[in-house]
Amino acid sequence: MTDYTPVLVGTVTKYVVVESFEITPADLAIRGYEISKGAMIKETCFGLVVNGKEDEVDRIVAGLRAIDPDHIFVKDRGFPPGDPRRCRANLGGARPGYHGMEYEMTVIPYISHGLEELKNRDEKSVPAPENPLEQKVLDVTVLKKLIDAQES
Amino acid sequence: MAKVFIYPATSLILSDLVARHGHTPLSSAVAIRERIQTAGLESPPLQITPEEPKKGLKWAAVEVPSGVRGRMSLYGPMIEQCEAAIIINDADLSFGCMGCARTNELIKFLLRQKEIPRLELYYPKNEEEGTKFVAAIKRFLADLGGKP
Repeated sequence: MTDYTPVLVGTVTKYVVVESFEITPADLAIRGYEISKGAMIKETCFGLVVNGKEDEVDRIVAGLRAIDPDHIFVKDRGFPPGDPRRCRANLGGARPGYHGMEYEMTVIPYISHGLEELKNRDEKSVPAPENPLEQKVLDVTVLKKLIDAQES
Repeated sequence: MAKVFIYPATSLILSDLVARHGHTPLSSAVAIRERIQTAGLESPPLQITPEEPKKGLKWAAVEVPSGVRGRMSLYGPMIEQCEAAIIINDADLSFGCMGCARTNELIKFLLRQKEIPRLELYYPKNEEEGTKFVAAIKRFLADLGGKP
């Protein structure tokens, strides 16, 4: 085994994902370059990858999120942008981890709707969602209907 | 500001919503970053060395596959330090090989055993469910304390 010398130690990387009718990743990238003070910004098909010191990245992310708060989503990334162990330029095919993000991109419009809706509505007035741990009990009337359907 | 474990640990939606409401999401990216920024022996792609399955013994028995133990060395410390958890139960994206599937079961088991505030959800399937989903997370995070 050979020695491993890490690069970009002490930096953080964040994904800025945009799912909006009004903002494109290119718009975000231009705004990111405008407000950046030495961070590395990479434009991708779904948004940006921003790498730099934590304070600087947080400042850029806050600035970008302000453009369209309900349609811009941010998450941490372990690898820096273009890392040969993850970048599809070296590996071919989708980046490992992209499939998860691709699935969540189909759900994000509902989340954006929820965020917009809750601006004008108190969250306490919204009913609770379905509890996955709740055991669904078969209603007696439904059972009766099933029995009747079988007998007839 | 509370440390909130998110499941799926790679979830963009949960990571964003937790951070948006002033808390710290504990996701797999944080654990991976820690490893790839630490000097040691070259072990691509994730810098998971033969030491990791040994560390995983704290959460899984020795007869459990090394894949589960190696993964638990990433998630175990985060489960220990988390003060709350949000779990999405129908996350098909966290489907994987035997190691992943069993690790996922173990993560959910450990979170349910721990006496911490926990929110269990499904992914929303329409706009109405989206509103309920966001409101439930907002209420849950507000109860933990932090910015509204």
